[in-house]
Order: sequence, then C-alpha cells, then structure tokens
Amino acid sequence: MNTTQKAAAVVFEKVSKAFGSVVAVNEVSLTVEPGTLVTLLGPSGCGKTTTLRLIAGLEMPTAGKIFIAGRDVSLLPATDRDVSMVFQSYALFPHMTVLENVSYGLRVSGMKKKQAGEKAEAVLAQVNMPGYGARLPSELSGGQQQRVAVARALVLEPQVLLFDEPLSNLDAKLRRQVRQDIRELQQNLGLTTVYVTHDQAEALAVSDSIIVMRNAEIAQKGSPRDLYEKPEDIFVADFIGDANVVKAEIVRIDGEQAIVRVGVIEIPLPHRGLTPGEVDLAIRPESVQLSNGAAGDALAGEVLKATYLGGHIEYTVATPVGELFVIDPRVHMMFSPGGTVGVSFAERGVTLVHP
Amino acid sequence: MTGILRSTAAAWVPRGLILFLVAFVIFGPLANMLLWAFTEVWYFPAKLPIEWGFAFWERVFRPQGNAMESLINSVLIALTTVVIAVSVSIPAGYALGRRRVPWRGIILVAFLLPQAFPSVAVHINVARIFYSMGLAGTFFGVVLVHTMQGLVFSVWISTAAFATIDHELEEAARNLGASALRTFFTVTLPLALPGIMASGIFVFLLSLDEFTGTFFVGVPDITTLPLLLFTASMEGNYQIASITSLILLVPSVAFMLIIERFLKADVLAKIGN
Ligand SMILES: Nc1ncnc2c1ncn2[C@@H]1O[C@H](COP(=O)(O)OP(=O)(O)OP(=O)(O)O)[C@@H](O)[C@H]1O
Ligand SMILES: [Mg+2]
Repeated sequence: MNTTQKAAAVVFEKVSKAFGSVVAVNEVSLTVEPGTLVTLLGPSGCGKTTTLRLIAGLEMPTAGKIFIAGRDVSLLPATDRDVSMVFQSYALFPHMTVLENVSYGLRVSGMKKKQAGEKAEAVLAQVNMPGYGARLPSELSGGQQQRVAVARALVLEPQVLLFDEPLSNLDAKLRRQVRQDIRELQQNLGLTTVYVTHDQAEALAVSDSIIVMRNAEIAQKGSPRDLYEKPEDIFVADFIGDANVVKAEIVRIDGEQAIVRVGVIEIPLPHRGLTPGEVDLAIRPESVQLSNGAAGDALAGEVLKATYLGGHIEYTVATPVGELFVIDPRVHMMFSPGGTVGVSFAERGVTLVHP
Repeated sequence: MTGILRSTAAAWVPRGLILFLVAFVIFGPLANMLLWAFTEVWYFPAKLPIEWGFAFWERVFRPQGNAMESLINSVLIALTTVVIAVSVSIPAGYALGRRRVPWRGIILVAFLLPQAFPSVAVHINVARIFYSMGLAGTFFGVVLVHTMQGLVFSVWISTAAFATIDHELEEAARNLGASALRTFFTVTLPLALPGIMASGIFVFLLSLDEFTGTFFVGVPDITTLPLLLFTASMEGNYQIASITSLILLVPSVAFMLIIERFLKADVLAKIGN
C-alpha cells in the first residue's frame, strides 16, 4: 500500500465554530503540510476535538473556509470527504466482527465482499493483528481494539488521517509503544495526519509540528524544538515541559539582543519584540546550573529540597528572584538541603516570554 | 457444635417457608389449572378429581366447537398487531430517541394517556366510534384496538433502545463513507434490534391476552381465546377454561422461543451484513 502521492494538505482560513453561545473554535488559521504529522495540543475544552471534527466534516464551520488538497470542502458532508478518523472511543461496530469492521468502508464504496475481505486482512496484518478477523470487538483488549480502529481508518487509504487522543484508553506502558507504532506507520505511508492530545510528552515525541491551542484559539505553532526552546508566552512555556517563570528587567536593547537583568546577573537574550522594562523570563529546570558557594556572577541560592531520582536529581532552590525548580543530571554529587549554592543559567532553555 | 447446627436450622426454616409460599403462589394456580384440564368429574369435598379423562379436550377441538377458530384468530390478530406496532415504533423510536424532536416529552406521555383511564371507559368509547366507522366486529378493528394498547410499550421501549446507541458509531459509519440510509440499516437498526424484538414479544403477549378491547369491539363476530376462556369460566365450565388457557400458552411459548433464538449473540453478529 502506497499512499504517498495521495497525501493532501489541510488548510484552515479563519475557521470558527460556535455551538449556540459557546465558541469552540475561534478564527483559526492553520496549514498541515502533505505527509506530515501535526499535533493539536492544549488543555481540556480548548477546541481540539472540534477542530478535528471540522476536518472530518462531522461539524460544519460557522465561518471561514477549509481546504483539503486545494479543494474547498467547507460544506462537504463527512460521507463525501476522503478523511478517516480514529475516534477516542474507537467506535468499533460492536455487532460486526473485526474483519467486517475493517472492510466496512470498502464495502460501502462498492467493493466486492471477497476483495474487501482480502484487503482488510492485509491491513490487519500491517497493524500486527493478523488472524483476528473473526473476533468481535468485545473479545479484544483495549490495545487490540485501538489497532483495529487504526486498520479500519487506514484501509481506505485516506487523504488525511485523524486521531483523537488515541492513547487515552491505554495503560501507561502500552502508550509509548503504540505512539511509536503510529508514528512509524504514518512515516512509512507518508500520510497527512492530525493528532489530538493533551499530553505534551506525547506531542513532542510524535510530531513534525505542534499547534498549541488555548480557549478556542491557536497560542503558538512550530516544531517541537521551537516550542520547547522558544515558547512565545507563559502559557506555552508552562504547557510544554516544566518552566520557571521569573520577573526580570530589560536594561537595554542592543541590536537583536536584549540585555536582561535577573537579580544581580545580566544575560543577553533575543529580544523578541519586547522593549526595556519589566518582563517575564522562562527558564527550563535543566537550564539552571548550580555551583558550590556563591561565586561572582551567580545568584545566591539556598537548597530547600533535594530528591534523588536515579537518572537525575531534582532541587527546589530559594533565590532572590523566587523559588526555582531545578533538574541536575550530575547524580554523583548532591547539594544537601540547607546548603548555599551559586545559581546561574545555561545559554539554551532561557527565553523572554510575552505575558 | 449443636449451637451451630441449631442456628443454621433456624436460618433455613424461614427461608424454606418463604420458598414454599412463593412456589405455592406461582405454581398453585397453574397446578390447579392442569388438574382441571384432565378432569371429568370433580366436586367439593374431594381433594383431587374424582374421574380423569380427555372428554373435554374432544369437546374443545370438535369441528363445531370454536376453539380452533379462536386460536387462529388470536394468533393472526397478535401477529398483525406486532407488525403494525413495530413498524410504527421503529421510525417513532428513532425520531424520539436519536433526533431533537420538539415536544418529545409530551409525545411520549401522549402514548401513555389511554392507559391512564379505566380501560372499560376507553373501550366503550372506542367501540362507539368504531361502530360509526364500520370497524366494529371486524378483524382490523380488533387489531387497531390492540395496536393502540401495544404502541405505548413498543414506542417507549424502542425509544430507549435507540437512545442508548453511541452517537460516535453513526459518525464512524458516515466517516467511512456510508450514506445516512446505509448507516441506519447497517449500524443503528441492528444495534436497536434487541430492544425492538423485546417490544415485539411484549406486544404479542399483550395482544394474545387482551380481553376488554376485544370484548367491546369484536364481539360477537370476532372471538379470541381470552373471550372463549371468559365465556367458559362464566358458565362454570372449568375444564373448558383450563384447556383454553393451556392452548393459549402454545403460541406464547413458541413466539418467545423463536425470538430468543434470534436474540442469541452469534445470530445478532451476523445481522450487520
Ligand atoms: N456538540 C456540542 N454542543 C455544545 N458545545 C460543545 C459541543 N461540542 C463541544 N462543545 C464545547 O466546545 C468547547 C470545545 O470542545 P472540544 O470537545 O473541542 O474540546 P477538547 O479540546 O477536545 O477538550 P478535551 O481535551 O476535554 O477533549 C467546549 O467548551 C465544549 O463544551
Ligand atoms: Mg476532545
């Protein structure tokens, strides 16, 4: 099965969806490049599922336009869109066998029973479920049901594949495996895929590009690295990974750089359009560096808590700019609680953020 | 040791007593009916029939006796009632259970309304209307009366059956390219089928047992088994009444067996095709 040439771009132009007075999606514009996996990430109720359903045609936009493969599909019903969705609940037909579930879409499109069955078997083998065709969905484990749901969507070789929180019903151990499987399948088939999750680790692991949503709008979009290292604002910094947000001051702008004062130290950072005055600084826990005693250009800190976690040590350190959460990979040495440390910042993982 | 024995005995005596009472209440009348069906002579002080025999069976099934005709009438009326009630409840249940219908609550209560009044009062008036329409004393008139009573249950049960189906299943079918009609026949209807069949059984049994409506609308042209039973009982002919009841059991049990066979999961799984 080769769908590469079929993969299509999805484009939203100022798309809105309101349910009565509730605006679930507000003037969202986005582009999903053909053959890439884009994740919609955000807290509960921010409009992720609604965005996905708009692509599938299960909801119609109240304003704006949706294009799939360059064609305006804004008002095209779900039945006529070449988009397959893997539902959060899997939505397998409980009265049909696995094989009937997987071949359903093919049968609907008029394929002969025998041929549809053979094709369904082939796709079942592809998702590592060969020989399960005769079972009912109720006779499968959660992970197996999920794979059947994926097979049912894949068998139609859709232009766009949609996943709504596909891992939420699986136990923690299985999640890592299944998300790798999904990513591998998507890359091998070159499928345009939109993936909804509210788990940032999952989003970082599987995506070519992440769209962070907040209150029905897009907060930021970009590659996993961009979002982690250069979050636009406090919300994104906090949502993707852990971040210490501290008050700082831009002393002056020097070309592309802003000279930022944090407590007693000054560091140069990209100014990102901010002007001199008070600003927020986001610092990743692993970008805080601890040293013995208070040296010249470091903040004076006191260790409040130290937790040994095998692979790294977590500290809580009190500093003049507030408490900092620190992750230190140097497990061979440990600062004890109550001790004094010098606190400085690495070059990466420290950014100015918009409030 | 003896203490334990005594306490278990103390616990078992009331349980045994309750079981016996329940069995007596349920099976007592049935046993009595069975005895009467094979009795020739039985009068008061005797605990059991004095003479046994099949003489009354011969009378019931005699060509000029109308038991067979009543049986056929009863079954035909019940089957027709089921067909009509179910064909109305499927679209009604779908609309009420799956779609946004204005006045939904009121519509559901409206079906219940005839049951709220004394059934004799309702049926006397129905009979009068049917007389003026020429429906009294006809097969179809009786079917209509039974349908009116059966619809309450079949519409309510079907509505519940349709309402419990997960919306996402229909959305999944549409997402896979199925039209609205195809989605209904391959996903929605098969999933509601157990509930619809249950309502069918219910309507069948209700119709088979219906007396008041049939009495006012059907008599004297249409006779069903319950009417025959009533006449026999009123004449003090317990043998005929008992035999008629036993005959009434046959279609009930047969219908339930057929449906039960249908409701088996393996059969249900194949309805999807
Ligand atoms: N059919 C509907 N009718 C009314 N309001 C709705 C409907 N569907 C969604 N909403 C509302 O729209 C908003 C966005 O819902 P949506 O399901 O898209 O959120 P989500 O980001 O998927 O959240 P979650 O992570 O909890 O699944 C919510 O406020 C929700 O209450
Ligand atoms: Mg959701």
